[in-house]
Amino acid sequence: MSCNEEYIKRMHDYLDGDISTEEESLLRRHLEDCEDCQKHFHELNRTITLIRSAERVEAPVGFTENVMGKLPTEKKRVKYKRWFKRHPILVAAAIFFILMIGSLSSTFNQGTDQLVVSTQEELVIDGDTVIVPAGVTVPGDVYVKNGDLLVLGTVDGNVTLFNGELLDSDSELDGGGLMASAGGVNGELETVDQTFEWIWYHIKNFFKGLFAF
Amino acid sequence: MDQFIKKKIIQVKKGDQSAFSDVVSFYQNKIYQHCYRMLGNKHEAEDIAQEAFIRAYVNIDSFDENRKFSTWLYRIATNLTIDRMRKRKPDYHLDAEVKGTDGLDMYTQLASTERLPGEEVESRELQRYIHHEISQLPAKYRSIIMLRYLEEFSLKEISEILDVPLGTVKTRIHRGREALRKRLRHV
Repeated sequence: MSCNEEYIKRMHDYLDGDISTEEESLLRRHLEDCEDCQKHFHELNRTITLIRSAERVEAPVGFTENVMGKLPTEKKRVKYKRWFKRHPILVAAAIFFILMIGSLSSTFNQGTDQLVVSTQEELVIDGDTVIVPAGVTVPGDVYVKNGDLLVLGTVDGNVTLFNGELLDSDSELDGGGLMASAGGVNGELETVDQTFEWIWYHIKNFFKGLFAF
Repeated sequence: MDQFIKKKIIQVKKGDQSAFSDVVSFYQNKIYQHCYRMLGNKHEAEDIAQEAFIRAYVNIDSFDENRKFSTWLYRIATNLTIDRMRKRKPDYHLDAEVKGTDGLDMYTQLASTERLPGEEVESRELQRYIHHEISQLPAKYRSIIMLRYLEEFSLKEISEILDVPLGTVKTRIHRGREALRKRLRHV
């Protein structure tokens, strides 16, 4: 009954709003001439109208209540899981923090009392005290960890004191940590707070360890 | 209305279960009707439509708020109806139809031999008849025809809902329209 498949395809493309203007005018011209196609096109349009008029049904009474009654009550576990899923960065940060505290406390006790000193030959070590002897000039930076520094001579560089105090000849007698006469230091003097430095130091180490893999 | 639903969905995501009841009552007729047309059986339609809403609730976190909620919901519902149809025993379908469609079958047997009188599209019988003719289409055409002309989705949305390529949607809607044209020609 129909002319040819090509025009029928054009009709459908037209109905889907998926036709170029040239194709459309081609179809229009054809429909003017061909009665069969006209009929076909009319039937298609009518079919769509009919489909749209199909019976509408409504959900049974109480449908919403039924659904709400059947919803699973949220368990605490599910709530946590949802929270975790929504805050991945917080969770990662928490895990990182726990691991860090763990590694920190395990290393904290290991080397606390060990005295570490930079390697200048001029430095004299007396128990927990590092001494720059009088009349001696120490070249380069001095680093002292877990010990006190007594400067009688001169340090030609920066001094970093970690977990220790700077003593001078007077204060050694007094037993205090006065820094008043640190005049023998020709660079910057830095005394670092123990806990903060310790954490910072281990954060750096932790990352080094991570990236070593 | 989209804004309203969007707001409700965000509340549900935050754990406010009661906000979901507004979502259900807004979509209940559409989803129920969709299931009913797919399954041709009121009892099953209610069952599956409920299941669709429950699944939507349980999986609400996987819904992306920037997308259209109705598309997502229809997709869940359509997949469930397809599963249900697959699980059916071959003979179950016939029984179900008589039970579910309130004597529609007797009526349509009449209709297939006799011409329908009148052109009043408004008439309830004609509406039922059309519904029946749609329900006789193969499921893959039926779903698309329904989504296009009864739920007014675009072809692109339909391709998302059914998870088939746009080209396939076009082919199927052409065939579906042709099949219905033949069935409804004498109306």
